[in-house]
Amino acid sequence: MGKETKSKWKGFSLRPRKEMPEGLWMRCPRCEHMLYRSAVEKNLNVCPECTYHFRIDAKTRIKYLVDEDSFQQFMGDLRTDDPLGFKFRGTSYKQRLKDDAKKSDAKEAMLIGSAFIKGRGVIMAVMEPNFLMGSMGLVVGEKFCAAVERAMEEKLPLVVVACSGGARMHEGVVSLGQMAKTSAALAKFDEAGGLYICVLADPTTGGVTASFAMLGDCIVAEPGALIGFAGPRTIAETIKVELPEGFQTAEFMLEHGFVDMIVHRKDLRSEIARLVDYCRK
Amino acid sequence: MPDNNSSKDGNHLAFEEKVADLDRQMNELRKLTSVKGIDYSSEIRQLQRQQVTELKRIYSSLTAWQTVQVARHPERPLLSDYLNLMVKDFRELHGDRCFGDDRAIIAGLGQIGRERVLLVGQDKGKTTKQKIASNFGCPNPEGYRKALAKMKFAEKFGIPIVTLIDTPGAYPGIGAEERGQAQAIAANLYHMSRLRVPIICIVIGEGGSGGALGIGVGDRLAMLEFAYYSVISPEGCAGILWRDGSQAPEAAEALKLTSKDLYKLGLVDAVIPEPLGGAHRNLHDTVHNVEDYIVRTLRELRRVKIDTLLDNRYAKLRSTGVSATEKLRRRTKAGRERIKEALEAIPGKGKRVPAKV
Ligand SMILES: [Zn+2]
Repeated sequence: MGKETKSKWKGFSLRPRKEMPEGLWMRCPRCEHMLYRSAVEKNLNVCPECTYHFRIDAKTRIKYLVDEDSFQQFMGDLRTDDPLGFKFRGTSYKQRLKDDAKKSDAKEAMLIGSAFIKGRGVIMAVMEPNFLMGSMGLVVGEKFCAAVERAMEEKLPLVVVACSGGARMHEGVVSLGQMAKTSAALAKFDEAGGLYICVLADPTTGGVTASFAMLGDCIVAEPGALIGFAGPRTIAETIKVELPEGFQTAEFMLEHGFVDMIVHRKDLRSEIARLVDYCRK
Repeated sequence: MPDNNSSKDGNHLAFEEKVADLDRQMNELRKLTSVKGIDYSSEIRQLQRQQVTELKRIYSSLTAWQTVQVARHPERPLLSDYLNLMVKDFRELHGDRCFGDDRAIIAGLGQIGRERVLLVGQDKGKTTKQKIASNFGCPNPEGYRKALAKMKFAEKFGIPIVTLIDTPGAYPGIGAEERGQAQAIAANLYHMSRLRVPIICIVIGEGGSGGALGIGVGDRLAMLEFAYYSVISPEGCAGILWRDGSQAPEAAEALKLTSKDLYKLGLVDAVIPEPLGGAHRNLHDTVHNVEDYIVRTLRELRRVKIDTLLDNRYAKLRSTGVSATEKLRRRTKAGRERIKEALEAIPGKGKRVPAKV
């Protein structure tokens, strides 16, 4: 199809109809308002009607958080080797990695690097929810520890944005081991007196919650984020009872004493900067 | 969960058909001996020999899913058996000093060989009543917090820690979430990595995911031969990746959850042999093998200076999975070099640009 087929008539799209939701309008899953996409994007991907925080990829997250062009990525090429040679349902983990890389334009489920937040130098680790559900495998564990070690060496605060479905089952006990590994690195960081701020975005569940996400000196959550250990479906299936309204949300976690504060996406930058200032030695 | 994998008499697993058949034949002969007074002892001995051969054949080539069945066998030795047979003068220490006393995790002081130890383990319970009390071995947050409190107590007096892992997983319930299951496990991983006493962790049955890891961080991780250790239950994994829970046997295979596979991957430090036909066929030998491993390993760890021990523990945790893939290790090294380059390229590193919050 070349230029010839390009119609001047603008009232009809030749694109398949299924792409329509990707168009100008979108529906908020919470208040069900029809929203103008660019208005939502301008609003940091937060619903202007009900402040529903849409899920955002790691690159967008970094763009919202750090000073313009200040993010310098480390270890961007680190890839998993598929330690178990995992195959399932006629496909393989390797294939799934390729597919998700294409789909999400990401190479793994975490980006790490150095950056400035309102002029304060930090080491960052940001999870990518669109890459295998932001699950933690060997690469995420390695990158996380590298970020911790770098923050320790440079005496910089560590800012992490958790956003994950948990441990990556395709890597079996290797991924389970990343929970212990990241926690151990944080224990060392703590002994060295480092500041660790953890932001919990929707969703933060499973092995990520049960390791580095719950170990922040300061734990900040985005409004409405799903935060928990077991997934809500697993719990409902186990106890066979309907889950209470608002169960496992950021607000629920605040009420039960597991996060320090809930911060609107538009205020995250300034709140992190303020915490960094308070903790300056 | 409906258990359709054990045969009808309950003692034999589905793949032990022949063994069960030989048992029936021997029982028949014994009955005849006592009723009719005919001596069948040589025939019985013959059948016994056949049975041994058969067990050797089966257990030398168990599939991953069969291993899971053995690890979950209703007569497999549980924590209470180890406490009874291996630990002298056990004094249980109850409660997390905060919410309650979780019966899914038991902690206490005792003596193994000549060593005083703090023993922490998951208990599934034997009788129905015990099973309910211990929540079928699925701990709640207070179980992990109790474990941590007692471990810190042991650290204060230089008492080594031994943990025996046997859980399908941490309990997924409303109360567990309200009281911070994730936080409780995370705190254990964090503190266990730094406790200044030797820690030996042994998976004796089921090593169910984060629930197992919550008392599973230490200087050594060992597994009984037919125990399993996995990031997710085979049923759960099959439900998600195969979209069909009945594909659990395939999922079990793919997850590489057996002691043999995990040892090969460098993810466990030792495999403790089980008696012929699995731990449930010989309680005493199983406990003896575990005790032997603990005594030997404690002696070995005792010789190491505590700072060196902690450094080694950290190095071991830090390299988790990396030793499994040599290629990745090389890439990681290259990655570290790239970090160095990237850091050198940071504009104005060190000088802070002041700005208003
Ligand atoms: Zn809305």
